[in-house]
Amino acid sequence: MLTANTPYSSLIATEKGQPFLLTAEEREAIEHAMHHYADPRAASIDALKIVQHNHRWVPDGAIHAIAEVLGISAADLEGVATFYNRIYRQPVGRHVIAVCDSIGCFLTGFDELYAALQTKLGIKPGQTTADDRFTLLPVVCLGACDRSPVLMVNDATHFNVTPANIEQVLEQYP
Amino acid sequence: MSTSNVNLGLTNVGPETHPLTWRYTQAGKAVTEIAEYEALEGYSALRKVFTSQQPADVQAEVKNANLRGRGGAGFPAGIKWSLIPMGPDAGQKYLVCNADEMEPGTFKDRFLMESLPHQLVEAMIVTAYAIGATKAYIFLRGEYLLAAERLNAAIAQAKTAGYLGDNILGSGFDLDLVVHTGAGRYICGEETALINSLEGRRANPRTKPPFPQLAGAWGRPTIVNNVETLCNVPPIMLRGADWFKGLSQGKSPDAGTKMYGISGKAKITGLWELPIGTSCRELLYTHGGGMADGLELMCWLPGGASTDFLMPEHLDLPMDYDTIMKAGSRMGTALIMVVDNQQNIVSVVRNLEQFFARESCGWCTPCRDGLPWTVKILQSIEAGEGEAGDIETLQQLTRFLGIGKTFCAHAPGAMEPLQSALKFFPGEFEKGIQA
Ligand SMILES: Cc1cc2nc3c(=O)[nH]c(=O)nc-3n(C[C@H](O)[C@H](O)[C@H](O)COP(=O)(O)O)c2cc1C
Ligand code: SF4
Ligand code: FES
Repeated sequence: MLTANTPYSSLIATEKGQPFLLTAEEREAIEHAMHHYADPRAASIDALKIVQHNHRWVPDGAIHAIAEVLGISAADLEGVATFYNRIYRQPVGRHVIAVCDSIGCFLTGFDELYAALQTKLGIKPGQTTADDRFTLLPVVCLGACDRSPVLMVNDATHFNVTPANIEQVLEQYP
Repeated sequence: MSTSNVNLGLTNVGPETHPLTWRYTQAGKAVTEIAEYEALEGYSALRKVFTSQQPADVQAEVKNANLRGRGGAGFPAGIKWSLIPMGPDAGQKYLVCNADEMEPGTFKDRFLMESLPHQLVEAMIVTAYAIGATKAYIFLRGEYLLAAERLNAAIAQAKTAGYLGDNILGSGFDLDLVVHTGAGRYICGEETALINSLEGRRANPRTKPPFPQLAGAWGRPTIVNNVETLCNVPPIMLRGADWFKGLSQGKSPDAGTKMYGISGKAKITGLWELPIGTSCRELLYTHGGGMADGLELMCWLPGGASTDFLMPEHLDLPMDYDTIMKAGSRMGTALIMVVDNQQNIVSVVRNLEQFFARESCGWCTPCRDGLPWTVKILQSIEAGEGEAGDIETLQQLTRFLGIGKTFCAHAPGAMEPLQSALKFFPGEFEKGIQA
């Protein structure tokens, strides 16, 4: 029921037509992160990551819900959410492949690897496979140029990845 | 391979000669437990400082040691610290470790944090004490999950041991140390952008002055130092400034060792802790075994994507800040990247500029608009569809996006590989211009 105290975020429908509500655990984790800083706003990235961890991406309603907890405007939080490479404001697949396309990997076979991935998955960078299994994205230098080419799948980093061994990497992610 | 080669081929790796890596090399593995670390002189610098020295003593020793910033710019740490207000009225101050490591070609801070997390924790406690900061953050790039896990574990262990928290070793000094993980943007490594990011804002740089030492995080005095810079502090406090100056073995007026590294198509890639001022030739040919079979060295980046290319004729120069600067480049992070003779230099530069264009924070016009324009021209030259005047336009862009023309050093950094490639390989660019 709508009252004067109804949080604005609960009025924003998510993609499924449901209002977005933070779970008690999410809210608690965000509030915990806020204690680390002089100003709650500083927990913005932590909060976005907490929601993304559970939802794979950050839906519109979550922007409003988090902003309310942090006491900042949704527009400010949206500005933060859209600035950073690893916060997703669009749905992604079950596994996100982030391929380093910086110079160290470029010198040692990035082009071939990226092409092989696109052929194998049948998608272009930025897209998600039809079965929702993989999203393919580029990422900046992963700090492992001595073991290039490098890519991450979700939280795991894979080194020396080539078209020859890419299948062994992918099959770890059903 | 889940870890880098470190100090491969080096013998006699000990605390007197390899202060940053000896524990790892002697243990033959990562030193993550506090007991292992303590058994290898761990926290002994902290004990010495907290039981017998004042903050001013630490500042003086580090200043004497001539420790220059290892994050790329080489600014002396002791001088930076001396600008922070001290005394009872100074109020809340912050220490922030720049662990954002995203400069393409750089993988030293990852190693230091994953393999020796307590070393950084000890370094931060000693440094926080020296500058009187009671709150410290490690600004860690989000992708370094193993480093985050190990640093958080090290922090918890250090708290239990009484090295962190309230009244450390009875000194009356309190410190809270927090790992802040980012969400990815190269510009977060620029120290004022980093502070904005830490505060939960878009990582646009801030105007300087005021410098962070006076008005940084939440408007309070803040010191930002790189991981490797900080890791040098405990050994300096343990063995003294004179010992630290001697580490360069007369190879350079700079002091200490440096984490050097090799990537690109060399026979052996990895990291080596060597006296600062070691030549690139020694690094590449003695330690890295030279270029991979059948390849020759075309040119090399001395320390990351934002440094000017150098040529084979520069191999014998000592790799230190001033020498590499005089040669027309910058030492940067000192992890060299070798470009082999089978690469197309125009494609290499195009890749570099794509990186900078994508990572521009968009705050100022020359960078936001100039970098995509640069990429566009390079792409057409790469495709053999360049037009008359394109090379001149690129030359002009290197000036319009140069030092002093943009809000921060991102765009000037982007112009370094471009301007040096145009200088050393003009014919390769001309080949891509349509007749
Ligand atoms: C675009 C840009 C990116 C930077 N990235 C990093 C970085 O990833 N890590 C780092 O330590 N310093 C980086 N710096 C340098 C920092 O601004 C700053 O000089 C450094 O953290 C100071 O620490 P130091 O004196 O200990 O080197 C970057 C600078 C610029 C302009
Ligand atoms: S130079 Fe580029 S990165 Fe720096 S402030 Fe301007 S737009 Fe942002
Ligand atoms: S360039 Fe790919 S990991 Fe550094």
